[in-house]
Amino acid sequence: MHYELSHLRALEAEAIHIMREVAAEFERPVLLFSGGKDSIVMLRLAEKAFWPCPLPFPVMHVDTGHNFDEVLAFRDQRVDELGARLVVASVQESIDRGRVREETGPRASRNRLQTTTLLDAIEEHEFDAAFGGARRDEEKARAKERVFSFRDEFGQWDPKNQRPELWSLYNGRHRKGEHIRVFPLSNWTELDIWQYIAEEGVEIPSIYYAHRREVFRRDGMLLAVGPYVTLADDEEPFEAVVRYRTVGDASCTGAVESSADTIDKVIAEVAATRITERGATRADDRVSEAAMEDRKREGYF
Amino acid sequence: MELLRLATAGSVDDGKSTLIGRLLYDSKAIFEDQLEAVERTSRQRGDDYVDLALLTDGLRAEREQGITIDVAYRYFATPKRKFIIADTPGHIQYTRNMVTGASTANLALVLVDARNGLVEQSRRHAFIASLLRIPHLVLCVNKMDLVGYDQDVFEAIKAEFREFAARLDIADLTFIPISALHGDNVVDRSANMPWYEGTSLLHHLEEVHIASDRNLIDVRFPVQYVLRPKSDEHHDYRGYAGTMAGGVLKPGDDIVALPSGFTSRVARIDTIDGPVDEAYGPMAVSVLLEDDIDISRGDMICRPQNRPETGQDVDATVCWMSESSILAPGAKLALKHTTRSVRALVKDLHYRLDINTLHRDEDANELTLNEIGRVSLRTTAPLFYDEYRRNRTTGSFILVDEATNETVGAGMILGPTT
Repeated sequence: MHYELSHLRALEAEAIHIMREVAAEFERPVLLFSGGKDSIVMLRLAEKAFWPCPLPFPVMHVDTGHNFDEVLAFRDQRVDELGARLVVASVQESIDRGRVREETGPRASRNRLQTTTLLDAIEEHEFDAAFGGARRDEEKARAKERVFSFRDEFGQWDPKNQRPELWSLYNGRHRKGEHIRVFPLSNWTELDIWQYIAEEGVEIPSIYYAHRREVFRRDGMLLAVGPYVTLADDEEPFEAVVRYRTVGDASCTGAVESSADTIDKVIAEVAATRITERGATRADDRVSEAAMEDRKREGYF
Repeated sequence: MELLRLATAGSVDDGKSTLIGRLLYDSKAIFEDQLEAVERTSRQRGDDYVDLALLTDGLRAEREQGITIDVAYRYFATPKRKFIIADTPGHIQYTRNMVTGASTANLALVLVDARNGLVEQSRRHAFIASLLRIPHLVLCVNKMDLVGYDQDVFEAIKAEFREFAARLDIADLTFIPISALHGDNVVDRSANMPWYEGTSLLHHLEEVHIASDRNLIDVRFPVQYVLRPKSDEHHDYRGYAGTMAGGVLKPGDDIVALPSGFTSRVARIDTIDGPVDEAYGPMAVSVLLEDDIDISRGDMICRPQNRPETGQDVDATVCWMSESSILAPGAKLALKHTTRSVRALVKDLHYRLDINTLHRDEDANELTLNEIGRVSLRTTAPLFYDEYRRNRTTGSFILVDEATNETVGAGMILGPTT
C-alpha cells in the first residue's frame, strides 16, 4: 500500500535515526563489533546512515582471545571494505597487566573478564558513547533497558534509575567520565535480524550455517571441541552437523544441531523455533535468573 | 508487513499479564525455556498458578517484590503484522512510565474487569492515551466468564465509558468483551458470546488501519546531520540527513529552510540503495538541494506555503517526571525538540490537571512527580513546531535538568503563548 513502510524498513529507519543522533551529539562514539550477526547488521546500518561519508566513528572489538577463526577473518575483511578504523581491546592484555585474573578449571570462561577490558578501553580512548547490538527480545533485563542507556563513571547500569525515554527524543547528556551505551537494534527480534540479512544480502560468517564440527555435550548444550575448552572425564566428543545462533566467546557459546545451510532454511528454522537464542546457546546466561542483569550492572555489553 | 506499536497499562488484578501472555503464547512468541523459567519461579514461590507477569518482570527488584516498576517491551508477530507492546504498570505513581510507553504507540489497550466496571485506573489510562494522542483505543472488558458472558454487563460498561470518553479526544474507540484466561475473543471469536458481533482482539490488532494516522500533509524535515564526504568521488556532495517528521517530500519540490528563510528546490532524495521518488515518515533519508545554502543540524526544511509555527513563547501540557525536583515558574531547563536543543524558562503554570477527574486546579503553583499541567515556556532560540495534536514529532519535547542531566519532563505543544 502507498506510504507504508514494511516493518524491516521502519526498524531500519529507527536505527539510522539513532546512529545519526549519536554522531551529531557525541564527541567520541565507538561501535562495538563482535563479528556476530547483530553487530554485522549494525555495521551495515551505520554504513547506510552516513553514506557516502565514511563511518564517523571507529569500530571496537573486545577480543577474548577465544575466537572462531572464521569470525576474525570476517571482521578484518569487513572493516577493510568500509575503510573503518579498528580498535582491538584484548582480554589477554588485561590478564597480562594484572587487571583481571584468568578463571581456572574445566569451565573457565573469559566472558566475565570482558567487562573490565571493555571499561578500560572506553576510559583509555575516552569514548563517550558505545553502540551495542543488544536486542530487547534477548533477555528480560534487556527488555527494560533504554535505547540510550546511561553508565556512571564506573561503567555501571542502574536499572531502577533510568531516564524516561519518549518519542524519538534521546537524552545523551553526561559528564566527563560517564558514557552512554546506545542500542539501535533494541526493537529488533532474532527473526527480524535474519530477515534483514536475507533482504539486504548481508554477508555473515560461515559458522551461522550448518556445518560438520567436533562437539561435546555440556549442560544440554553442544560446545565445540577446541583449544579453549577442557573436556571433563565424562564428556565425549562426537561429530555433528550444527550451526551457531549466536557468536560469542568460543568457550561458552553453544551450537545447535541443524541442517539449515542456507539463509532461507535458517529463517524457516528461527520462525519455528521454540527456544530463545540465549537460552539455547549461552552458558553465560544460565548462571541465575538475573545473570544478565548482574553482569550488566557491572558494565557488561 | 506493517509494524504496530501498542501500549497496555494495568495492574495484575485486571488480567493484563494473562492477556499479554496469551497473545504472546498463541502467536508463539513465548519460548519454551522462558515458560519453563517462569514455571520454576512460580513453583519456588509456592504459587499454584503460572504467573505470566514473570515473563515481563525481568529486574531483580521486580521479581523480589512482585511488582512491575518499568516499561517492558515485548514483541510478537502474526503473518499479517509485527507488534511491539510497551507494557506499563498502572498505578498512579507510574504515570511517568505510562506516558513513556504511550508516546510512540499507535494503539492503546485498556483493560476493565467486567465484575468491577470502570475504575479510577481505567479512566486514567484512557486519559493518558488521549493526552498522548494515541489514535486508536481498545477497551477490553475482561473476565466475561465471571459474569456469565452477560451482554448487559458489557453494554453497561460500554455506555459508561462512552460517556467518559466524550470528554476526551479519542479518534477511534473499540469495545471487545473477552476472557483472557479462557481465550474468549482473544484470538478467535467466542462461542460463549454469540451476541457480540465484532471481531476478536487479535483480528482487530491485525486489521486496524494505521497508515493514515501519520501526517502526510505538512512537510517537516528536521535536519539531523550534514553529510559532506569531500572525497574525490563525491566532491561537491552535500546531503542533509534526517528522518521525515511529516508530509511527503519529492524531488523538484520547492522548499524553505528555517530559520534562515532561504529557499531552494529538492534536487535529489538519497539513500545508499539509490535515490527515491518520495520520502515520508518515518523514512531516514538524505536530502540534496539545488542551491548551496547554509543549513545545519537543528534547522527545519519545509514547503514555503506550509510552514510550522516559529517562536520562542510556547504553551504546552507537561508531564513532570522527576523524583527529586519540582516544576515551578522561574525554573530553567534544557529542552530538546526534534533535532534542536535550547534552554527554556518556565514563565507560568496555568493549572494542574487532576488526571482522575480532569479537574483543572488553577491555584497550583508547582508540579511534582507524575503530575500534569499547562505551562508557558520562553526558549533561548525559536522552535519550529506544530501543535502536538497535528504532529506528534514536531509537537513534542523533553525537558532535561542541567544539573543532573536527568530527563525530568515530557511536553506536548498546544501553541504559541497567548
